[in-house]
Amino acid sequence: MIAIIDYGVGNLFSLASSFAYIGKEAKLTSDIGEIRAADRIILPGVGAFEDAARKLSESGLDKIVVEEARAGKPLLGICLGMQMLFERSYEYGEHKGLGLIGGSVRPMKGVVPDELKIPQIGWNSLSFKGKKNELFKYIKEGDFVYFVHSYYGADCDESIIATTEYGAEITAAVASGNVYGTQFHPEKSGEVGLSILRAFCEI
Amino acid sequence: MITKRIIPCLDVRDGRVVKGVNFGGLADVSSPVSLAKYYSDNGADELVFYDITASFEGRQLFTDILREVAGTIFIPLTVGGGINTVDDFDRVLKCGADKVSVNSGAIRNPSLIYEAARKYGDQCVVLSVDAKRVDGGFRVFAKGGREDTEMDAIEWIKRGVASGAGEIVLNSIDTDGVKQGFDLEMLDAVCNAVNVPVIASGGAGSKEDFVTLFNAIPKVDAGLAASIFHFGEVEIKDLKNTLIANGINVRR
Repeated sequence: MIAIIDYGVGNLFSLASSFAYIGKEAKLTSDIGEIRAADRIILPGVGAFEDAARKLSESGLDKIVVEEARAGKPLLGICLGMQMLFERSYEYGEHKGLGLIGGSVRPMKGVVPDELKIPQIGWNSLSFKGKKNELFKYIKEGDFVYFVHSYYGADCDESIIATTEYGAEITAAVASGNVYGTQFHPEKSGEVGLSILRAFCEI
Repeated sequence: MITKRIIPCLDVRDGRVVKGVNFGGLADVSSPVSLAKYYSDNGADELVFYDITASFEGRQLFTDILREVAGTIFIPLTVGGGINTVDDFDRVLKCGADKVSVNSGAIRNPSLIYEAARKYGDQCVVLSVDAKRVDGGFRVFAKGGREDTEMDAIEWIKRGVASGAGEIVLNSIDTDGVKQGFDLEMLDAVCNAVNVPVIASGGAGSKEDFVTLFNAIPKVDAGLAASIFHFGEVEIKDLKNTLIANGINVRR
């Protein structure tokens, strides 16, 4: 069973549906026992970093996620869920993340050219970094995925497994051991996204 | 590089797509689910569902359908029609919508944009505007384009973005239904006024109209249309090939 951490942030309907669609059992849960018993964990998230980090720590689930990840359970953070894996974020101040991926989350404003809109909203293509990651085993370089974000993962060169070009090279996905993160939404990226989720289920 | 989006729009009444949809090979041409799947399989980058139901029962049917669509296709879904309160946002987001489009509801109660953006994030709030030329300016019309609000469209859109609208759908009443191309002048004015994605609506009659749109107004992010897709006059796959041949970056 895949535990989709439900900590009161964002709309998890499509995420849960996408696992059902590919025939994998997934459950929205905030139950510690269920999270511990799961084979894999998904950390979703939309909205503001500070608010999400606070909700996750108030629920006490931050510690469980970190413990389970450190014990080797595959973990996938999506969008803001990916950003929360980092050590810190500079979204409206400075906030501590889960520290499972080295690096920080920084605003794209000032990094991408002024004429580009922020947030980046829409379909953009992936460039793989280093050896093709197992998360991408069913897709190919240049495939398109759906992004909605204003901040990005920075100072994380050794963990980057894919980037996308938005006036600058922007972190699209990271991995460090059994911990994975995608800045884009696989559950909104059509067949390509479903293939990424399927690959995660096989890790 | 980020791609230009092609977005079909489906009007739904009592759980069925209105305006007969004319595709070969589709058994049920007014089923939102089979149409959504058809468009998704054929390259649509996003779908807009517009609920034109008036009754409570119809609304419930709509959310049932939405849930089924969101459980079957996995591309972004925008939902509009009858969105007047934050509770309405909640109702459709829980059923799998990714973005919610407000129009008359925001005109009646402009704080709706701010409240919804604060609760769900700017990326979730789409401000849809029906605009028309009046006395040399662009005027906002309400109630499906029937009522002149006397508000200046550019000022209204700027205000909407300042309140938290993360995307604009600009529907030009002047070009809507005419099928002679998008309203480039109006779109240019809006794109120069705000720095959030702008979706062009109203006037698409051919593939070339999309080429002209993206070439003339590079800041436009997406083109939305209904009937030319529904009646098979333009196939999204062909449209995308034409766009690529003209140097416009789209998702394949």
